[in-house]
Amino acid sequence: MGQAVSINDNILLLTDDGPRLKGAVCNDCGTHVFPAASGCSKCTGSSMSEAVLGTEGALWAWTVQGFPPKAPPYLGETDPAKFQPYGVGYVTLEGELKVEARLTEADSKVLKSGMAMRLTTVPIAQDEDGNDIHTFAFEPV
Amino acid sequence: MTDVAIVGIGMHEFGRHEGVSGMEQGAIAVRRACSDAGVAWNDIEFAYGGSYAAGSPDTMVSMLGLTGLQFINVANGCATGGSALSSAYNAIKSGAYELGMAIGFDKHPRGAFSPSGPAGEGRDWYGGSGMALTTQFFGMKINHYMETHGITNRSLAKVAAKAFRNGSKNPMAWRRKPLSEDEILQAQMLSYPLTQYMFCNPGEGGVALVMCKADVAHKYSKNPIFLRASVVRSRRFGSFEVTAPSLAIEHNGGPTIDASKAAFELAGVGPADIDVAQLQDTESGAEVMHMAENGFCEHGEQEAMLANGDTEIDGRLPVNTDGGCLANGEPIGASGLRQVYENVLQLRGDAGERQVPNDPKVAYTHVYGAPGISGVTILTR
Repeated sequence: MGQAVSINDNILLLTDDGPRLKGAVCNDCGTHVFPAASGCSKCTGSSMSEAVLGTEGALWAWTVQGFPPKAPPYLGETDPAKFQPYGVGYVTLEGELKVEARLTEADSKVLKSGMAMRLTTVPIAQDEDGNDIHTFAFEPV
Repeated sequence: MTDVAIVGIGMHEFGRHEGVSGMEQGAIAVRRACSDAGVAWNDIEFAYGGSYAAGSPDTMVSMLGLTGLQFINVANGCATGGSALSSAYNAIKSGAYELGMAIGFDKHPRGAFSPSGPAGEGRDWYGGSGMALTTQFFGMKINHYMETHGITNRSLAKVAAKAFRNGSKNPMAWRRKPLSEDEILQAQMLSYPLTQYMFCNPGEGGVALVMCKADVAHKYSKNPIFLRASVVRSRRFGSFEVTAPSLAIEHNGGPTIDASKAAFELAGVGPADIDVAQLQDTESGAEVMHMAENGFCEHGEQEAMLANGDTEIDGRLPVNTDGGCLANGEPIGASGLRQVYENVLQLRGDAGERQVPNDPKVAYTHVYGAPGISGVTILTR
């Protein structure tokens, strides 16, 4: 096992207290955005500050990715013989936004809107130095 | 302000055409439309053209003739055809031109549209993580809708089965083999709850429409069709659209609702007046949701409407009579214009085996595209 590294430090921080998502908040109206942006999609203002998003929420909408995505850009397994379907959904982070993420659960009989979820990470590939590239995901609580 | 008429329509068969470029398919559609209107390419004063993957549309003048016309390219994702039409509509309506064309064609590689994520520094985390697929958005949107409004998987299969059944009656369609609801339900699950046969495929084809000022329409056609509204709207804050890494907590119904309302207002008619509708069916769930978003029913009513056969060719509100995107595929530049082509045939009474009965008089089209654009037209005889 290599060392765990973030897929992109601009959006995912791996801290001692666990993973954190990095977005931005509008200084004028308080709207959160992810990923960070230079303008607010609600009030059209352009004064934004960095914001670390919440880590728990409720599943709002979901699907299961049933076939390997194209690579590039996909970094994970694309061999149809080895590919494992994975869940994708939007999780409501109360008072902030709904964030789209991979889900650790991929069973359509288990996934249900409203279920409580918590931020985690999943390894998706190795980089050229042998580190494990982690991306963010939500797991049922 | 002058009214606008469609006096000529031309189409190149949708599907896969080895050895024929997308632009050639567009040029063939243009020639067919000119011939239908009884005009020559020389007579055309302006054109708006759209293509996503088959070259810059204005360069097609080298195939058609260098007449010096105003030719403007349009690009609006899957709503490109609708946007070309809206631009042409406004050019005539403004009084600037008398006779022009809306043209769309495309030729996409096989397989799903390539995902693309938000631009940013460093590694492409969005596509890299296995998100950014348009198919996931469609799966999530209909799945959420089904949980909220009680739509069943069987209804999704009914929509797809209808599309292939209607496509089998359309000589211009790509997929002309009827499939049973069970075959559709049992096919490979691509993005739950949507199976392989519930999704349309990128394809090839071309469509062209000759348009003119309404008061000169009879010069070109014995049965002109009038464009009462052509509206394009983009998304507002809170809408749920394709390839969005995050959404607002607050919810907005989306650009289809806005475009539909504006079009009905402009045309001075309501949903109950529509005799035939072509609604964006990127996948079968989209048709279900767009029935309500366009004002044809309340959310959840689709379940009973589909069970009753209300949207069949001989039903109360025939939807996607030419087989829609599911049976025709989706050459992005041409797709929205295909819907209008079909409605012109229906209003002329020229739709052959798939003709809607009882002499339809008012027809509706709706096209939807990334990153959240809807285009609506309303046509009358």
